[in-house]
Amino acid sequence: MLSSSGTLPTQLALRSVQLDNGLTVLVQEVHTAPLVSVWSWYGVGSRDEGIGLTGASHWVEHMNFKGTLNIPRDDMKGIVERFGGMWNGYTWIDQTTYLETASRDALDQMLFIEAERMNDSLFDREECESERTVVISELQGGDNDPEQVLDTELTATAFRAHTYRHPTIGWLHDIQAMTRDDLYAHYRRFYVPGNATLVVVGDVESDQVLRQVERHFGRIPAGVAPTRLRIAEPPQLGERRVRVEREGTTPYLKFGYHAPAATHPDFFPMLVLDAILTGAKGVNLWSSFRVAPPQRKSRLYTALFERGLASQVNGALLATADPFLYTLSFTPNEGVSLPVLEEAVFSALEPVAEGAIDDSEVTRGKRQLRARLVFEDDSVTNVAHQLGFFETVVGPGFYSKLQPCIDAVTPEQVREVAQRRLRRSSLTVGAFQPLETQ
Amino acid sequence: MAASLAKGLSPVRAELSNGGVILVQETVMTPAVTISASFRAGSMFDPVDLPGLAYLTGRAIDRGTEHRSASMMADELDERGVSMRVSSNRQALTVSCTCLAEDFDDVLAIVADIVRNPAFPPLEIESRRSEALTILRQNEDNPAARAVDAVLELLYGWHHPYGRPPKGTVIGVESVSRADMVAFHAARVRPAAMSLAVVGDVSPDHALERARQAFDDWAAEPPAPATVAVPPLSQGRRTRVIAMPGKTQTDIAYGFTAIRRLDPRYYAYWMMNNVLGEFGLGGRLADNIRERQGMAYYAFSTLDATAGEAPLLVRAGVDPANVDRALAAIDHEVAALAAAGPTETELAETRGYLIGSIPRLLETNQSIAAFLQTSEEYGLGLDFDQRLPSLLGSVTRDDLHAAAADVLDPARAAIAVAGPAGSLV
Repeated sequence: MLSSSGTLPTQLALRSVQLDNGLTVLVQEVHTAPLVSVWSWYGVGSRDEGIGLTGASHWVEHMNFKGTLNIPRDDMKGIVERFGGMWNGYTWIDQTTYLETASRDALDQMLFIEAERMNDSLFDREECESERTVVISELQGGDNDPEQVLDTELTATAFRAHTYRHPTIGWLHDIQAMTRDDLYAHYRRFYVPGNATLVVVGDVESDQVLRQVERHFGRIPAGVAPTRLRIAEPPQLGERRVRVEREGTTPYLKFGYHAPAATHPDFFPMLVLDAILTGAKGVNLWSSFRVAPPQRKSRLYTALFERGLASQVNGALLATADPFLYTLSFTPNEGVSLPVLEEAVFSALEPVAEGAIDDSEVTRGKRQLRARLVFEDDSVTNVAHQLGFFETVVGPGFYSKLQPCIDAVTPEQVREVAQRRLRRSSLTVGAFQPLETQ
Repeated sequence: MAASLAKGLSPVRAELSNGGVILVQETVMTPAVTISASFRAGSMFDPVDLPGLAYLTGRAIDRGTEHRSASMMADELDERGVSMRVSSNRQALTVSCTCLAEDFDDVLAIVADIVRNPAFPPLEIESRRSEALTILRQNEDNPAARAVDAVLELLYGWHHPYGRPPKGTVIGVESVSRADMVAFHAARVRPAAMSLAVVGDVSPDHALERARQAFDDWAAEPPAPATVAVPPLSQGRRTRVIAMPGKTQTDIAYGFTAIRRLDPRYYAYWMMNNVLGEFGLGGRLADNIRERQGMAYYAFSTLDATAGEAPLLVRAGVDPANVDRALAAIDHEVAALAAAGPTETELAETRGYLIGSIPRLLETNQSIAAFLQTSEEYGLGLDFDQRLPSLLGSVTRDDLHAAAADVLDPARAAIAVAGPAGSLV
């Protein structure tokens, strides 16, 4: 299959190949710097975890840096670094991914690591125990952040049935109780070639890359591609609320509306709606959210900042496999109570939810999204992320459709989606109220 | 291919008659351009009784000019999908953004207007002040931020510019007046203190021409020269404990004062810090605290590059029950590196990593702009990326050992620990 990504300058063809064992391989040549980025993606995330096993996917990700059959633990992180490379990984609700970006000379080592990780991780019992406390430390570090605590509580309140409800890092007791064998079973079930996509982007020659990939990955047995849980969240019947009270200095308010999945026709109009409300973020989970959106003329920014009510406003609509949440987060100015802020947010949202959106706002939102799509393709690392992310979470070839899908959004669609999606009955309101003990 | 970085950077530099410096690097990865105007106007210039002046000036500088109201500017930026970033650290105040290549001329003109003609409208100042105060309040609730602020004050003292938080304090930010900001801008945001980096899908000739149009007629004398005082000598090990009820994890910041960026030993220090707390998951520190003892999600060290003696900071976030063990592990690794230096393997790995990472450090337009501006600030030359491998390659194991022995001494460490009450050292 050949396709191309519209924002790249050179418009080189994207190679998409499937090995006999089911592994999908995407190779994009980009010859702007002597670098290559390799990402391996797995269709497993916290949505795939049952009761008592929350956090398994993330902990498995940690264990996949702790040694394989042919790479001792102490060498795992240094192989790529000797070439000046960086490495990392992350787990979220739908996916787990690992990456290395380094000089092109390191490509073979990068593929070697990823092939080992796919089939030959050790899950040594002592290493699992040592990592248990590391993961708990990561969880506790997150719990130090009141915004993260509020996000966890809000998500758990908004979902009743869907496994999106529990945090990716897992619930503390599950991390304390899970065994090495639980983790290894999770690894064996989901880390098979048919559930994986390997992405290579950079200063490489496609045919050569495909030969190297075949050499490293072709030996891995196909296994059985896992069946993922099929869960539909039942309709929400009325507004839900959650309030967190804890020591702190700053109150926070967070709204969560049930959102469309990335494949739903509402997704792109909703993305434009978010640009109108809080400024366009783009769609790169890896990098877009590190740069503030252009939001000075957005509806909620102008409504709240100009009245001195809030000092931070953020919106987030992420591409997910199943319907997740569209969240709006607010930090009130000192002296502004949460009820006053909430009332102001509802006042600002009310006309939008009734469809009062100008064509010019839609035009500006689409223009912002176009710019963000260009900005977020600024490196081989980011291009590789986007190719693998959309292939894994949404489906083959979706990445190249982003710009046309945004271009096709009409003002009528945005108004209609706002009317249907910004309903109080679809909303969960979260509040963090600091206790004054400090 | 034009503008490929296969052989490194090929920047063009021009100096204006008013002393301003323009740096341009063409790249072709995306049809976008990063513009960054950086001034020697960071928090080191804050008066001791007004910490936060540079930070608040930065937050308000892009909210209206003599030619554009805040609303007009918001329109012009939002219509193009551009978010203006103004950052303020110890040394520099930087106005930067990324725009589509087709918008370069217009956006460069806006950047020039922002830095040359800010109006500091009173209403906008109050709005930005509220934002800044919220951020400072959030930091008060953040154990990591509290630990770092405390250890820097222990190391440098409040009267040294590196001993105060770059964002200032609540009292400082509340006290800054519009007149203070106007005066700070007039004194520090001057062309001779500027390096303007333009990196992206634009030809150097065009970028230089437009930059000259935007900045050449900006008449102002160079700002008064500034020096950074030598920090006080450590009188011994000092510890500060910050009780934060309700928190679940404790943050440790453990540090020393090190050397200036232009000290010839800088490269040895850089590599020594990589061995101590960067290589792999976080050097020897992470290997001990995370990998072998499973005590922390993160343990690492940092060495800043600054005009004055920079801090070398060890950081770790640990279970409150493990603070003593974590401090003992840090003491052990610090003392061991000082006593015996790195192994030959560590030297080779660190050298390979730092030299090999140069192309990756130049992967994005933003990172290239920052690299060029740092090189300009310290007079490292337009070919610094080409010379860096030999600078790093010539550092010996003895050099690293000497650097470690010089700075790493647990008996002289400053330590700040912030976390839940009742479980601290």
